[in-house]
Amino acid sequence: MSYVGMPTPSETPQETMAKIAGTAAKMKVVIVGGGVSGLSAGWWLARSGAQVTVLDKGIVGWEASGRNGGGASHYQSPLFEEEQRMWPHMDELLGYPTEHQQERLVIAISPKQLNQYHYLAKMNNDMGYRVDLLTGDQVRAMVPLAGDNCLGGMHYRFGGHANPQRSVQAYAWALQDLGGRIVQHSPVTGFETEGGKVIAVHATSGRHECDAVVVAAGPQIQALMAKLGVEVPLAAARAEMIVTEPAPMMPIGGVDGNGLYGRQTLRGNLAYGGGPHEWLETFEAGPPARPSSPLTRNLARRVAELFPKAAHLNVIRSWAGIVENTPDGRPIIDRMKDPENVTVVTMSGVGFGLSPASGHAVRDLVVDGQCSFTDVAKLSLSRFDGIGADWREQRGWQPAKAELAA
Amino acid sequence: MHLNNGTDPHAIGTKLPAPEARYDMVVVGAGPSGLAAAIAGAGEGKSVLLVDENPIPGAAMGNDVPLLFGGRMTAATQNAERMLETVFMSEPMLEAAMEAGVEVLLGTSAWGVYRNGPGITGLPENVVALADKDRGWIAGYGELVLATGARDLAIGFPGWNQPGVMGAAALERLLTRYEAFAGKRVLIVGSHDLALSTALLAREKGVDVAGVVEVRNAPQGDAALAEAVRAAQIPFYLDDAPAEAIGGIDGVERVRLRSGAEIAVDTIVLAIGLVPSIELVDAMGGKRVLDGARGGYIPGDNAGVTCVGDCAGLADTGFDHVEYRMEWARELGKLSAPDTIVCQCEEVTRADLLGVQPPRYLERPAPMAARSLDTLIKDGPPNPDQIKRLTRAGMGVCQGRRCRDQVAMMLATAANGPFGTVPLATHRAPVRPLPLRILADWEESEDMRAGWDVWFGIPTQWVPYRDIDTPREREHQQAIAEGWSL
Ligand SMILES: Cc1cc2nc3c(=O)[nH]c(=O)nc-3n(C[C@H](O)[C@H](O)[C@H](O)COP(=O)(O)OP(=O)(O)OC[C@H]3O[C@@H](n4cnc5c(N)ncnc54)[C@H](O)[C@@H]3O)c2cc1C
Repeated sequence: MSYVGMPTPSETPQETMAKIAGTAAKMKVVIVGGGVSGLSAGWWLARSGAQVTVLDKGIVGWEASGRNGGGASHYQSPLFEEEQRMWPHMDELLGYPTEHQQERLVIAISPKQLNQYHYLAKMNNDMGYRVDLLTGDQVRAMVPLAGDNCLGGMHYRFGGHANPQRSVQAYAWALQDLGGRIVQHSPVTGFETEGGKVIAVHATSGRHECDAVVVAAGPQIQALMAKLGVEVPLAAARAEMIVTEPAPMMPIGGVDGNGLYGRQTLRGNLAYGGGPHEWLETFEAGPPARPSSPLTRNLARRVAELFPKAAHLNVIRSWAGIVENTPDGRPIIDRMKDPENVTVVTMSGVGFGLSPASGHAVRDLVVDGQCSFTDVAKLSLSRFDGIGADWREQRGWQPAKAELAA
Repeated sequence: MHLNNGTDPHAIGTKLPAPEARYDMVVVGAGPSGLAAAIAGAGEGKSVLLVDENPIPGAAMGNDVPLLFGGRMTAATQNAERMLETVFMSEPMLEAAMEAGVEVLLGTSAWGVYRNGPGITGLPENVVALADKDRGWIAGYGELVLATGARDLAIGFPGWNQPGVMGAAALERLLTRYEAFAGKRVLIVGSHDLALSTALLAREKGVDVAGVVEVRNAPQGDAALAEAVRAAQIPFYLDDAPAEAIGGIDGVERVRLRSGAEIAVDTIVLAIGLVPSIELVDAMGGKRVLDGARGGYIPGDNAGVTCVGDCAGLADTGFDHVEYRMEWARELGKLSAPDTIVCQCEEVTRADLLGVQPPRYLERPAPMAARSLDTLIKDGPPNPDQIKRLTRAGMGVCQGRRCRDQVAMMLATAANGPFGTVPLATHRAPVRPLPLRILADWEESEDMRAGWDVWFGIPTQWVPYRDIDTPREREHQQAIAEGWSL
């Protein structure tokens, strides 16, 4: 159970689990935020023997983690090889289905798209990740819904996708099975510090004592960390997706392209997103709403172009999710200097796919103070030291009409 | 490589198009209330658009959208032209509306309403999204009147998931506006006003009515209506309920009641209740409130949107519809087996729903099999959208019309609370299933095309980690950014 297109891992996930067992025994960790990042971190910590409490303002996975494209092919990340090593084993390790599927195809319907995909293919091959280029006919043989408009594509012999809500729930349940606690409908309101450490986390459910804290609250990280005097530059935005009724199953469900990301679910539905986002406030209490827009029509058009043979399929839902971005769009995975027992994780647009690895990295930072399996130094918060207060304005990332957004 | 020029070409900005047409008033639904509102609006000198989705496309009817047709429509419904004529002729007020200056579009559904508000500010104005059999488009409105009526309430029991189990509103539509009912002999389930008048209508239209089944021990509706049913020699089966629908390849052939009686019918009409059609209000993020006397969830106070007719709530006669349907749901639940289907589209059984189990195409390892609604409830009040995503109940092509309400009732029962303890699963646009090619905006603006990117258009996001802060970073960023706006 590994990928032909990736370097062979030196250790099996089962061996890793055996190695970490008991390494955090008796450590009390409170995790703020029950999205994939917080839950995966919690699961890794519980696997290490920690006593984990996850606090969420609502239901696990209710924000970005349960509303995303399910894609898991983020080759640019230092966490990627670890993610690829873990995903094929996650169902077994967690004990619950995630619907994880291997490999992806990206297909082009314009010469410009094809050029772009060829560039990305080369970029991957240079890193040692195998991508095969495909002709239009080869694509049509592999993707029954593709049409005559397809000019070619690429086949990632790695990567994949899974079901977001099911995976979130799998982490949550697995964490409970290891003795961890998940307290839902319990927004965190503040922290109690002593001697440069957080000693308790305050939430509507009460006071939760801790030896270490993980702040994985998505866009709300900004307001929460501000309470600790730490500035985390984040901008929230709304992104939309649509889904069709089931189509006949394609041999590889992870097919996208034409300006879309998405997948065919194991039920057969085509779930796709892409296109313009809307910048929003980061809202300390969480987003007041997650509306979709007439962008549904532009998404429908691109799915119909991507899969001409599916153009007759009914769209049955649309939705939106709120996701945060740092100024360079890359994650922050970092343990703070002060308070020194707080670790922050914000994954921006790549948090679902990388979750099996982000949890491992967070576990390492919390328990050992450094990441054991990869370098994450370039994902530290300090890279934004001294960033101007107007960084959002500089990029045009501020909400369009602030008075309406409230 | 940030331009850092204060603009984000990939943000929504002003990319969402202005509506193709604009009216002082848009009315959705050309029943009596919608027609009256449209004609009144035109009388005040307003420009008025009146849309109605009838005649429903044959394919949608086959999926029980928007009513529970139960596959009992004749082949005539497949002939779009003829249906259009039939529907137009069946409602003389349509012609009156046109004469009053109302623009009337039949065969046109409203599948979304979009307004600026919390979380969305990019709309040039408030719009209603429309589609007919050829295309989708959006229209601006000054005032929006929803007259979308009420739809069938379905509650499952053994054998209900076959052709021949339909709803009272669907039967009425097939008997009246469509003249296209394919059944011959029906059994009516329920005995409140809806059920009694459905029985009488069916009889009047020459359909054989085998009886009226009531779970309580007396007819529930208006005494005069009950008397009329008796006078028509339609038998009541009181303190009874359908225990099983038995059928063959064409669907229902007979029904067995709890009392043991077997009745030969080709159609079972669920007439336990109607649900106000609040899909559009709910999908636009509008307010909804629970009012048992008015049929369940009804629209709350939503600025700029007026609801009229049944979609605003059924007439309050003092009868608690919700209590009544809960009683039915509990009884039909008792008569059901663990493998009785709840969600027909996704084939979710009662046992799977209450066990919060994944669909059959996934494995159920031991920890999964040990989970249930009970364990989920321990973690907080059950949320139907969460359960929907885990079990897939309500995720199918009928968009949850056949099971949304019964799932809410089952969850409330399982959580030992009254209906409403567990909220109703939310509705989402498009509130009608619409083909990709129809929904698609084939005439999108250059702004939209040029600004489109798969994900945010932040080139630093995609640079391989090892190349960050090296000369190669710039090269990647340039190459990636040039490929945007595919
Ligand atoms: C439309 C869309 C498509 C996407 N597609 C993909 C994709 O294909 N692949 C991919 O890898 N990523 C994708 N992403 C990004 C991905 O969803 C996120 O990176 C990931 O879910 C982040 O997880 P998280 O746990 O860090 O944050 P979140 O999911 O935002 O979770 C944060 C949690 O913190 C809780 N919280 C907030 N404030 C508080 C508080 N004060 N107290 C307690 N709890 C609090 C919230 O309720 C929430 O549950 C997509 C995102 C969107 C919106």
